[in-house]
Amino acid sequence: MRPILEGLRQLARYPSALVGLLIIAALVGTAVFTVVTIPYGQALELWRGGEVWRMHPVNARPVWVDRIAGGDLPRTQVISSRDAATDHEPFEGGSRVRIPLEFDYAHKGFPSELNLFLTSEFAEREPFVRLTWETPDGREFILGGRRLARDERISISQDWGLERRLGRVPHVGLFAEPGAEDVPEALPGRYRLVLDAIVFEEQATIDADLVVYGRVHGLAGTDHQRRDLMVALLWGIPVALAFGLLAAVGTTVTTLVIAAAGVWYGGWVDAVIQRLTEVNIILPLLPVLVMVGTLYSTSIWVMLGVVIALGIFSAGIKMYRAMLLPIREAPYIEAARAYGAGNARIVLRYMIPRILPVLIPTFVTLIPSFVFLEASLALLGLGDPVLPTWGKVMNDAQTQSALYHGFYYWVLSPAALLMLTGLGFAMLGFALDRVFNPRLRAM
Amino acid sequence: MTGTAAAPARGLLRDIRQLVLFTSKRLIALFLTVLVGVYLTILIANMGGQVDELRLVQIQSTVAEQVRADPAFFDMSLQERNELIERQAQFEVERLRLDQPFIVRSVDYLQQAIRLDLGRAEHMHSDRGAREVYWIIVERLPATLLLFGTANLLVFFTSVFIALGLSRRYGSALDRSVIALAPTSAAPGWFYGIFLILIFAFLIPVLPAGGMVDVPPPEGTLEYAASLLRHMLLPLAAMFISTIFISIYSWRTFFLIHSSEDYVEMARAKGLPSRLIEQRYILRPTLSPIITSFALMLIGLWSGAIILEQVFNWPGLGTLLFQAIGHRDTPVIIGTVVIFAYLLAITVFLLDILYAMLDPRVRVGAGR
Repeated sequence: MRPILEGLRQLARYPSALVGLLIIAALVGTAVFTVVTIPYGQALELWRGGEVWRMHPVNARPVWVDRIAGGDLPRTQVISSRDAATDHEPFEGGSRVRIPLEFDYAHKGFPSELNLFLTSEFAEREPFVRLTWETPDGREFILGGRRLARDERISISQDWGLERRLGRVPHVGLFAEPGAEDVPEALPGRYRLVLDAIVFEEQATIDADLVVYGRVHGLAGTDHQRRDLMVALLWGIPVALAFGLLAAVGTTVTTLVIAAAGVWYGGWVDAVIQRLTEVNIILPLLPVLVMVGTLYSTSIWVMLGVVIALGIFSAGIKMYRAMLLPIREAPYIEAARAYGAGNARIVLRYMIPRILPVLIPTFVTLIPSFVFLEASLALLGLGDPVLPTWGKVMNDAQTQSALYHGFYYWVLSPAALLMLTGLGFAMLGFALDRVFNPRLRAM
Repeated sequence: MTGTAAAPARGLLRDIRQLVLFTSKRLIALFLTVLVGVYLTILIANMGGQVDELRLVQIQSTVAEQVRADPAFFDMSLQERNELIERQAQFEVERLRLDQPFIVRSVDYLQQAIRLDLGRAEHMHSDRGAREVYWIIVERLPATLLLFGTANLLVFFTSVFIALGLSRRYGSALDRSVIALAPTSAAPGWFYGIFLILIFAFLIPVLPAGGMVDVPPPEGTLEYAASLLRHMLLPLAAMFISTIFISIYSWRTFFLIHSSEDYVEMARAKGLPSRLIEQRYILRPTLSPIITSFALMLIGLWSGAIILEQVFNWPGLGTLLFQAIGHRDTPVIIGTVVIFAYLLAITVFLLDILYAMLDPRVRVGAGR
């Protein structure tokens, strides 16, 4: 243990090592935070998408991207009937309800979508509702009326009749300044959507949420399924770290133990290990992984298992063997044998610790390559289907042609995180290499 | 060399005998290795025989479809038609020999694969329409060789050249800045590829985002080459950026270790010119590791090519393998892996011989 501690103390002299450590610490901190605040089950649930995200805009860019570009794109506004001054006018066997949903709109750009979510509680007879849109300059648009089911979603943006009347898609037409130019501009001011409803039961209620979808959202933006990318970006950290760390530990440690056992026992054990290694080198890792992913399972843990299994008999075995061969003949091993140490003890307690320091830099520099391997598999469409990871986000972006449509944030933010992780571990690894590699230190 | 002047012929004879013995031993060992590797691939690619179950179901439904759609059988009764379907499916099963146990067939596959009789693809076909796996692979091979050959040669020679220079200026600002850049190689080529596509194909649209030539391909040879070159620039740059710094770093370290050997110090002390020291005292003894890494790099990058070829939509072996796996086209998968295994085995074998020729220390039969 002492040489390792000694080496770590020397590490402080390398600024790159400190930067690397800082990055890794930040990542680990965020990972812990993420796992605590968004538990595993909840993350999977969120990433499955669907109803949870109905209040989020589609393909909204991050807020800060818009601010940097000097833009003033609208954020999503949710106007709830619970905050509105609702009017009740009871009559025989029911009541007339008037819900004005008012909101301020102060942007030149238009919202990306307009939806109205209605929930109503009634025993038998459905309420009836009429919608009127009022603009700040006093114009009124009748959006029609309809009977309500218990859960109703009125997609104002997809109302074809309204679109024909306005001559534009509704979420543009309803906000446009009058006097039709080729490039319309939104009219700022106080808008109102008035719901005139008739309920036919005394106990019946109506709740409404008007969602004026923005074009920017949060720190990470959203994807084509309205999911907040922050979930995937955050959860990508623990997944990447766990995958990289487990794969790196799994392969290096087992490889080292097997190489040491081969060297110590020699004979047919060594021969079998060497032949297995040669066979394994002939099998290309990535195609085998792609095969496993396509034919068997894309679960990240199965992949991890295969990566480790294939990584055990890697070219590293030959390297460790070369390093261990002289150690085998060392006098202190002979001394250990003389006092009657068992084979396992000699391998685990005397041989392996001797080359452990050499292993540490390799191990640290291996982590990012496994992190990228996971991302690579996801990019090929072989990512874990349920787990939110950076590679998955990039794969979604790729299949939705994000770059072509100009949704750069969708590719760049997971890529930046990948690069940060890669750089953090690589910087630390290279510094460790200089500390622990005695031949480099001598110069 | 123990042979005295009196018996040089006997020494030579012994060397040759040892060489032959060694060569044949290595050949047999390598052949067995390829055999096991290919057999494992066959097992994996067939899902341990499970692909056959899928294939049986598929044959049933295809045959049934064919018989039902054929007007010649319209006036048959239902029972007659079912019998016909049964019979046709049986023929097909026998043709593909699916009635035999998988273990028997896997051995068949193995010996066919080893003989490079790669068989016919099940779903895929080459651009010219051939169904032979051989032709499908041969058609894609040049694309991969062109791109990865160029990239690897470029990276290899640039990095060795720069590393040699840096090892002489050890500790200089240039040296330290190049070394500081080494961690950028943590990201693979496709990763830089995405950025390059973003910048040079979308933000400043000067280069194509993917593919190998324009569509439709230009007529003239010169135009064709120009188009090819334009399409190659981005993937080449991506691979170059992702490997050049780590490559320089490791070669620099390697040369540094070797240039601190006693005999190099001695040559320096003698006052030999640095160019001579570089060539005769550093490069010459380190030639065999350099060549090893060169050959292994040529082979090794092949397996990393799948993603890069996917990202750049490059019609090479990587894309082929990926498509084949997606189509569950076992013959194509096995064919590509067999080719790869052979390439690697041949490389290893050639390396063994090269070592013996290059490095007098690694003598035939010497050591273990």
